[in-house]
Amino acid sequence: MSNRAHRVWKFPGGLRLPPHKSASTAEPVATAEPPAVAVLPLSQHAGAASVPIVAAGRRVLAGEPVARANDGISAPLHAPTSGTILAIEDRQVPRPGGPVEPCVILEADGRDQRYEGYEPVDDPQALAPAEIRRLVHEAGIVGLGGAVFPAAVKLEAGDRQPLDTLILNGAECEPYISCDDMLMRERAAHVVHGAQIMLHALSARCCLVAVEHDKPEAIAALKAAVRESGDDRFEVVSVTTAYPAGGERQLIQVLSGREVPAGGLPPDIGYMTQNVGTAAAVSDRFRHGRPLISRVVTVAGGGVASPRNFDARLGTPFAALIAAAGGYTDEAARLVMGGPMMGFALPDDALPVVKATNCIWVAGAADLRRTDDEMPCIRCAECARVCPAVLLPQQLYWYTRARDFEKVVDYAVFDCIECGCCDLVCPSHIPLVSYFRYAKNEIRGRDVQRERAARAQRRHAERNRRLAQRDAEQQAALDEHTRAAQRARAQPREAAGAIDDIMRRAAGHEPPAGRPAGGGDAKDD
Amino acid sequence: MRFATAAPPHYPARTSIALTMRRVLYALVPAAIAHVWYFGSGLLINMLVAAVVAVACEAAVLRLRRRPILPYLTDWSAVLAAVLLAFALPPLTPWWATAIGAMFAIVFAKHLFGGIGFNPFNPAMAGYAVLLIAFPAELNHWLPPRGIDSGLDPVGVGDTLWYVFTGRLPAGLDIDAVTTATPLDAVKTGIGQARTVAEVRAGAVFGDFAGRGWVWINSWFALGGIWLLYKSVIRWHIPVSMLAGLAAMAGFFWILDPGNHAAPGFHLFSGAAMIGAFFIATDPVTAATTVRGRLIYGASIGVLTYLIRAWGGYPDGVAFAVLIMNLCVPVIDHFTRPRVYGHGRH
Repeated sequence: MSNRAHRVWKFPGGLRLPPHKSASTAEPVATAEPPAVAVLPLSQHAGAASVPIVAAGRRVLAGEPVARANDGISAPLHAPTSGTILAIEDRQVPRPGGPVEPCVILEADGRDQRYEGYEPVDDPQALAPAEIRRLVHEAGIVGLGGAVFPAAVKLEAGDRQPLDTLILNGAECEPYISCDDMLMRERAAHVVHGAQIMLHALSARCCLVAVEHDKPEAIAALKAAVRESGDDRFEVVSVTTAYPAGGERQLIQVLSGREVPAGGLPPDIGYMTQNVGTAAAVSDRFRHGRPLISRVVTVAGGGVASPRNFDARLGTPFAALIAAAGGYTDEAARLVMGGPMMGFALPDDALPVVKATNCIWVAGAADLRRTDDEMPCIRCAECARVCPAVLLPQQLYWYTRARDFEKVVDYAVFDCIECGCCDLVCPSHIPLVSYFRYAKNEIRGRDVQRERAARAQRRHAERNRRLAQRDAEQQAALDEHTRAAQRARAQPREAAGAIDDIMRRAAGHEPPAGRPAGGGDAKDD
Repeated sequence: MRFATAAPPHYPARTSIALTMRRVLYALVPAAIAHVWYFGSGLLINMLVAAVVAVACEAAVLRLRRRPILPYLTDWSAVLAAVLLAFALPPLTPWWATAIGAMFAIVFAKHLFGGIGFNPFNPAMAGYAVLLIAFPAELNHWLPPRGIDSGLDPVGVGDTLWYVFTGRLPAGLDIDAVTTATPLDAVKTGIGQARTVAEVRAGAVFGDFAGRGWVWINSWFALGGIWLLYKSVIRWHIPVSMLAGLAAMAGFFWILDPGNHAAPGFHLFSGAAMIGAFFIATDPVTAATTVRGRLIYGASIGVLTYLIRAWGGYPDGVAFAVLIMNLCVPVIDHFTRPRVYGHGRH
């Protein structure tokens, strides 16, 4: 590794938040017991839900696939331990609002026998990028930073455009969450190994490993691992600790001074980010033939007795991890998956760990905001000062309240990353992010409605055109009758009776009132 | 175990309107003490009258509007408006004038537009402007600062109270004999009488480079303002640009014609320059909100203040400059929108 220090830039806005991480990083990552019954939601990645390939009663091994990826963007799902499939049924899943969705229910047999269907790969560099992507896809690997976007799909970007830099995101800016920190400290070599495989798949030039500067142990471990690997494409960059430095667009700005174009993606400017945990998961697949069946989960907050990180199998109930962390304290007031800024509250601790579960934050009452003391906006614009997307939240709020959604779009509500900084500095205690989420939903709903209306209008126009065509045909027939009648009038008398008959019949063929008989009615088409 | 849910972010907000307003009030304390030292207890009486009327009006209008009274009364915004109005009034303002100003500020300037957050005009300045236009004589009752002449030290508390509430002075004292022109007024009148600034400044109300007493009061306002900056209650853009605008205008004309224009230092430390820059122009509700907008807004107030002081009909111009720029805020904000991340150039 070279000694040049990579230049870092600043992103606008943001907040300094007390990290609260030392409580959960004092002890090494503990390996949690595999769950007795694992609940595995079929939809625990971005994109289409996976499709079960096992039926109730089927015995499976740890790491054996239980659901295949759906068409398009999707990922397969693997049994976290050995046991028997009990059912495939609807259960509450850990997503905002706690919806009920199809899950594979697995009863463990306690033997934790390993599935041997995935061969380790000794020399991934010898594989074609497409083959690497296939193996990553097959292992069910998704972005473990929280977005859970299928990693293989993301790696396709290298085929479409040349990539310059792979950024490994180890910023982990949100308070309390320390799973990436611990992973980097303990498994730095795996992180570097996984990143090397991704570099190869992407044909990218170099890799920047970005870590916030308040994680010196992780930085040291990564630097040692890079030195060990002898790979001079790597550089470990210490970035200023500020929330939300770990936001994809903010981190790219910090490392490159450039902005990802609105509506575009990082590869448009030659960058790709992957979470450090994702890199370690890729390494596990190639080095050990292990698909994604576990992840590091931080259990922290004023509501747990002994905060700690756990290597937990998918499907482990939150309650089991909280018990392993010493159980609840008297203060426990809210159960959150994720951190205090962007995590979402869940109604029940029986919910299972999924691929997105980076942290279980049990908040003490003192860490929670009131919801009953909203005052009018006093336009202090502190929200605008801290907005990393350089929005004007006070204007967005104003137009959202006025339901002027055209203005809301004009003021770029869809560039809001929902980091929550504005909420924290608002003296009026306005839940701004909730307003913006509401506005986004309304606007999307309206777009859907508008699309439906447009379709209905197209159908209506098509119908009018058909009706008009029919009328035109009838008019043509009528004209034909009339001409026939005129011709008949010029004929000898004995035909007159027949002609009168035709005329009478033609009179009954008058087109309905109000609709012209011409063909011009289809102009709406 | 089951838990109640709520939307993120979960952390509590770090500040509140009440805390913001209280901090602004604290920051006014040093200047208030200096004011009382130099001009007597009139300021405190004005504050009391204005605050009582403002809070009573706030409560009454909230009741009429069927709004919750307690959360709005305890946000301290009505008290702050009253205190700022009191600072604008001379020590011997009759109580009814103060009351009318406070009433107008709260009922008309604030609540008729929807209450806190919705008023386009700074309530204190709107109330002051009404008084200045309607009762110019009563708003001229400034006293000479302490230390000019032992015989004319500030009128005592009793006499002040007596005058404020009855309009009469003790036998032997005449209001015209007791009151005196402020330095800004003296300069304006003097230049109007074809005297030079230097001649005017030889008068007793002047200290080293601005008015006696006023230098200190303005300095304490500035100090309070700097504390507000330190506490992140206000941001630097408006005070700095306003003072820069005022100083630039004053400096330009002073260099051109020092006989007819006072020096920038005089303008910065006279009248309402500092309270205007740190406490009035920074009122969040009525000020511009974007960074560039705030610079334009502040600088414009500085320039307008100078124009009114130099050529307008009033000795000071901060109140009218602020009210005029309040009008321009929607336009300024509209044309100074920042570039959103990822939009435009990359």
